[in-house]
Amino acid sequence: MADSAAVPASPEVLAPRRNRALGKFLRHRGAVFGAGVILFFVLLAVFAPLIAPFDPLKTSFSAIRKAPSALHWFGTDELGRDLLSRLIYGARASLLAGVASVAIAVGIGVPLGLLAGYYGGLLDMAISRLAEAMLAIPFLILAIALAAFLGPSLTNAMIAIGLSVMPIFVRLTRGQVLTVKAEDYVEGARAIGLPNLWIILRYILPNVTAPVIVQATLTIAAAIIAEASLSFLGLGQQPPNPSWGSMLNTAKNFMSQAPWMSIFPGMAIFLVVLAFNLTGDGLRDALDPRDH
Amino acid sequence: MLRIIGRRALVAIPTIILVSMLAFGLQKILPGDPILTIAGEERDPQVIAFLREKYRLDDPIPLQYLAWIGQVLRGDLGISLRTDLPVLTLIAQKLPVTIELAALAMIVAIVIGVPMGILSAVKKGTALDYTANAVALSGLSIPNFWFGILLIMLFSVELGWLPASGYVPPGESLSKNLTTLLMPAFVLGNALAASLMRHTRSAMLSVLKSDYIRTARAKGLLTPVVVLKHALRNALIPIVTVTTLLFGELLGGAVLTEQIFTIPGFGKLVVDAVFNRDYAVVQGVVLCTAVGFIALNLLADILYVLVNPRLRHA
Repeated sequence: MADSAAVPASPEVLAPRRNRALGKFLRHRGAVFGAGVILFFVLLAVFAPLIAPFDPLKTSFSAIRKAPSALHWFGTDELGRDLLSRLIYGARASLLAGVASVAIAVGIGVPLGLLAGYYGGLLDMAISRLAEAMLAIPFLILAIALAAFLGPSLTNAMIAIGLSVMPIFVRLTRGQVLTVKAEDYVEGARAIGLPNLWIILRYILPNVTAPVIVQATLTIAAAIIAEASLSFLGLGQQPPNPSWGSMLNTAKNFMSQAPWMSIFPGMAIFLVVLAFNLTGDGLRDALDPRDH
Repeated sequence: MLRIIGRRALVAIPTIILVSMLAFGLQKILPGDPILTIAGEERDPQVIAFLREKYRLDDPIPLQYLAWIGQVLRGDLGISLRTDLPVLTLIAQKLPVTIELAALAMIVAIVIGVPMGILSAVKKGTALDYTANAVALSGLSIPNFWFGILLIMLFSVELGWLPASGYVPPGESLSKNLTTLLMPAFVLGNALAASLMRHTRSAMLSVLKSDYIRTARAKGLLTPVVVLKHALRNALIPIVTVTTLLFGELLGGAVLTEQIFTIPGFGKLVVDAVFNRDYAVVQGVVLCTAVGFIALNLLADILYVLVNPRLRHA
């Protein structure tokens, strides 16, 4: 980190660094595969109405728990709804929950980490202790408690997950700021009397973004599993709207009669989470300043 | 060394105080009035007034917190609305089940994760390394509850080898106890094994680059001796601390595993409490888990000092 932090983040310096990182990322086969899978699911979610063969909410009592066939590629559920269509629409809930909850966490956690790291003192102590206290409560238990208290819905699940993972970003950002603010160019900026907000935004923030991006990508994977877990427990997306977690919650009651109801939603969660983990690993390697 | 441990313990105190505030605050942000739930359908104003006074709900929030924390310090976590039992009694009943499950899961994780990590580091860049990494990444990406469902479908529904759910206390029948916990422990230990494998690999790789390992090799020592006697001993330092911290994570992971396999443990207690709006139980569980997690952090710090000779003699 020190090597990258020693160089002011001017656009002239950042551009070749960015190209080098992109080149490294593209050479990481796993990461490219992961990014491809993410893109595939994003396209599914965005164009769901065009791609899904059936209405995901339409029940059909003549097609209850039908095994996969030419008509229903992934079979049907306990109400005769087409599983493939529900899976395609369910991608919306999972991806939205993953991205939105991490956006909440980054949106609150990064500014708090910047303030704690830059100003230090009592403010740092208060923010750091609060983050530590939140990290002491197991992530899923905190998310379940918050989601239950806020009420079961996809939005509340996203808020609960976002707040639960937020301290990770506080701690990460604070640590990065402590390294960067000791650099000569930050000292110089202070010495010539630049305002603190300008120093934070212009000189410090660009140098903490790389680790935050890597952590955010990996946290999206965890958040998608968390959303599926909350929906599995009945605290996330509410019926009849589809979500992969709630589909598995129903499927567990029909394990012997309709195993396909369990297999496909679980496979979708696994693939997306794997894709984000692979991409996160690739980004970490590509953005690692020790290699510059 | 005692000074280091003492300093770490002191740092934990403000965190515990903040955690207690968070646990208390959770109840305050609740939508709705818990007293209306206790008062029943008739909602007699006199009963409501009596209950509000009994639970000091008309006091300012800081005073309510001080009264609550005073109770907690005396070992009183409140009464469960649903079962009418003290929360501490409920936790004491359920916690041993989860600890047993977590301990078995940890054994699974260590037995799979550590050897896989060692092999992966020793055979770095080979097919074995890539396979181990792929398995670990898959283990980290597979949702616990789905993995549990798949195992139930295979071993209970298809093959009929293992029970799909339930729990038998070890005092009743140890063999049945282990049979019921085998699948849940494997499900819970799986993600941990993946995490442990990655930590072990990383620690081993950094140790294997050391000068003393090169010297040991130059002396003509056999690879197993170099790896197991010289490298692993030092690589174990971060692994031991990481394992202790991961044990805390198991408590969170147990929530879903217990739900799938219908194990009457700590995780099931919190989910049931959430659905029954049994706030005192939720508060108690959050507080106990957090304090347990902080204690494990402290233990990890102490272990780190104990297993690291440089710090031990500092």
